[in-house]
Formats: sequence, C-alpha cells, structure tokens
Amino acid sequence: MTCDLTQTRLHAYFDGELDAMGAAEFERHLESCPDCETRLAAEERLRSALVGAQLYARAPETLRRKLQTSLPVAAVSPDVPYVKDPKPSVEKSWRWLAIAATVILAVFLGTQYMERLNRYSQQQAMAAVIVDAHLRSLQPGHLEDVISTDQHTVKPWFDGKIDFAPPVRDFANDGFPLLGGRLDVIDSRTAAALVYGRRKHIVNVFVEKAQPGDAQEASGELQGYHWISWQQNGFTFTAVSDTAYADLDQIKQLFLAP
Amino acid sequence: MLAQEDRARFEADVMPHRDAAYNLARWILRGRAQAEDVTQEAFLRAYRSFGGFQTGNARAWLLQIVRNCCFTWLQQNHVAEEMTEFDEQTMPPKPENPESLAMATYDRERLQRALEDLPAHFREIIVLRELEGCSYKEIAAITTRPIGTVMSALARARQQLRAILTEAVPKGSQP
Repeated sequence: MTCDLTQTRLHAYFDGELDAMGAAEFERHLESCPDCETRLAAEERLRSALVGAQLYARAPETLRRKLQTSLPVAAVSPDVPYVKDPKPSVEKSWRWLAIAATVILAVFLGTQYMERLNRYSQQQAMAAVIVDAHLRSLQPGHLEDVISTDQHTVKPWFDGKIDFAPPVRDFANDGFPLLGGRLDVIDSRTAAALVYGRRKHIVNVFVEKAQPGDAQEASGELQGYHWISWQQNGFTFTAVSDTAYADLDQIKQLFLAP
Repeated sequence: MLAQEDRARFEADVMPHRDAAYNLARWILRGRAQAEDVTQEAFLRAYRSFGGFQTGNARAWLLQIVRNCCFTWLQQNHVAEEMTEFDEQTMPPKPENPESLAMATYDRERLQRALEDLPAHFREIIVLRELEGCSYKEIAAITTRPIGTVMSALARARQQLRAILTEAVPKGSQP
C-alpha cells in the first residue's frame, strides 16, 4: 500500500466504512507508517472538536409550527359518491348495503393502520431509549464499571449485581474485542451492558431478561446510530453503535453462533 | 394531493427529520431565516412528491430534496460563492501543511466560521458526515455523486477545513 493510495482509505477507515479485511489491512499498514498515524490523529482531533462544538442546528419552534400548519390538508374524499336519487325504492337498499360495506372497510383499514402506526411509534420510542443509553455510556467515566478484555473477569463481576447471568463472550478474533461491562437501566429494566470495540467505534450490547412484549427481531436507525435487537435463550439482546449496520449484524451472528 | 393514509405515513416517516433538514439548510445557506424558508419549501415539495416514495431511507430522500432546494436558492439569489462541483481531475490533491496537521485546539466560534468559509459542496459533505452521521452510501444518494467522489471530496473537505482553521489565527496576532 503506497501512502497516496491510502489517503481515501484512511478516511474510509476513520469513518468505519472499510470491511473487516480492509480495516485489518489498514491497521497493519498503520503500524509501519508514522505519516498515516499523524493524519489519523489529526482527523480525530478535528472530529472531536466538531462534536464538542455542538454545531448541530435544530429546527426552531417557529419552523416546527409552520411545518405543522403549512402542509395542505388532504381532501376529505366522500366515502359514498353523492348521487341525486331520482328513483328510490329498490336501489335504496343496495345503497345502504354499499354504505355499510364502506363503513366496515374503513373501520378495518383504520384499525390496521393504527396498529401499524402503533408498532412504528413503539419502535421509535425504543430506538430513542437505546440511543440515549448508548450516548450516556460515552460520557467520560460511564462506559465500563469493570474494565477487562477477559470474559472470565467480566462474567463473574455481574454475579450478585443482577438476577441473571448474561452470556459474556470476547470476539477479539473476529474484530470485536471485549472492553468491559457495566450495569445499565433501559426503560426501567436492569440490563447488563457489554462493551465491545469495533475499530474506532464503541458497540454497546445490552442484555436483558426477555419479556413477553419484546420483539423477536428488530432494527433501526436514529440520528446516525444503528441498533439491532434479537432474542436468544430467554434474553433480549440489543446492540447499538455509530458503526455500520453490517457490523452490528456481524456481532449478532457471533452471539448466535454456538 | 395525498390520500389520508399517505399523509399519516408522511407524518410518521418524514416529519421526524425536520431537524436534519433544517440543520443541512442552515449550513448550506449560512443563515437562519433562509434556512427556515427553504426547509419549509423543501417539505412542501417532499409532500407533493411523497406518493412516488414508497419505502426506503426517508431521511436520505428528504435531505436530497433539501440540498437541491438549497443550491437552487443559492443560484437564484446569486450568492457569490464557490459553486464549482468538486472534480478530482482538475483539483489534484495537495500535500497538507504539517502545521495544520498538528493543530490541537479549536474553539466553537472559530469552527463555525471555518465551516461557513468552506465552499458549499465541501460544507454539505462535512455537515452530512460529521453532524448528521450519514454513511458514505447515504451521502452518495443525497448528493447524487458516486461513492468514490464522496470519499475523495470528504478527504479534501477535511483538509481544507483544517487549512482554514490554521489560517484563522495568523502567528503572533493573538495574545
């Protein structure tokens, strides 16, 4: 790898856009190239300055109100076409039937729609809770309560702190080194948080005892953070990170593998 | 005009991205009032063409409309600025000055000014990546550029941002 070639590669690595092979290759290059190391450090300083400066401009209240009121209201389409009725009697009963059918259909569609909307907003609410927990963990000093890359140290640490034994595994050989663990509370449920590194990113894996309302499988994205959740052996797992979605899917597969 | 169900879908899928829309407009246009107007216009356009958007990444879809509205606004208002599209062929990479690589501290106000001083096409890419957290694939979709161009434009934008930050404090001019 010549250094000219690695320029965009360095950025792809920095942004977590290289696949596992490419990242490993770049990391090997990094060990022998002080130039790339300097550049990478410069990128990190710039990013942390940009993040620290809080330049994100949220939509002002005036705009929110305008958006809410300015969109044209959908025309209320009449459920039953208005027909001037010159001949009553026989056709009348058909008309009532049509109205009844339309009403039933409308109620049916409405219920379906509400269910979908409900599921959607539940998922959104869940995403917000997960991403909040992830962001909280990234505050200085919040990431790990037990710092260890050894699963045999992290696992016993949870003993007596929670009423279940989370499956703690190290995936360093697969590019997800275990960094530590901590206790967390997600949506007023106690969770074991396992912290993994993924190149320059942090992946939080929350493990909770599965509850009836938990989705079998779900995933989503909020403000640039991806999350994925699944159930396994009576636990609900949720992995969240700012890394690529494929990485989260990979760690899920690692957990699912025997 | 959208059917009732599409309208609800619009509210659920697109409306939550109003911060993302406003933030992008605010940085491309460099002003609050313009950003409010253009965001509103972009939402109207999105609303009208929502029938054609079925599933997929609603944020990227909306942001593409927002950035198009922004660049139209810049053109119509003859904002004197570097509008040239980034082109690797005509803009070969330059080695970065070691001083700007070593630069350690940046305060908020200087960063804000430096970001506003970047050419519009570099500004948008930094905002999409660093503030909005978009993936390369999303940035490519929003800016309708090939992913390779996104990568080299991003590298160049970061370098130029650092260069501006280094220029901003000439040696000896500050206590």
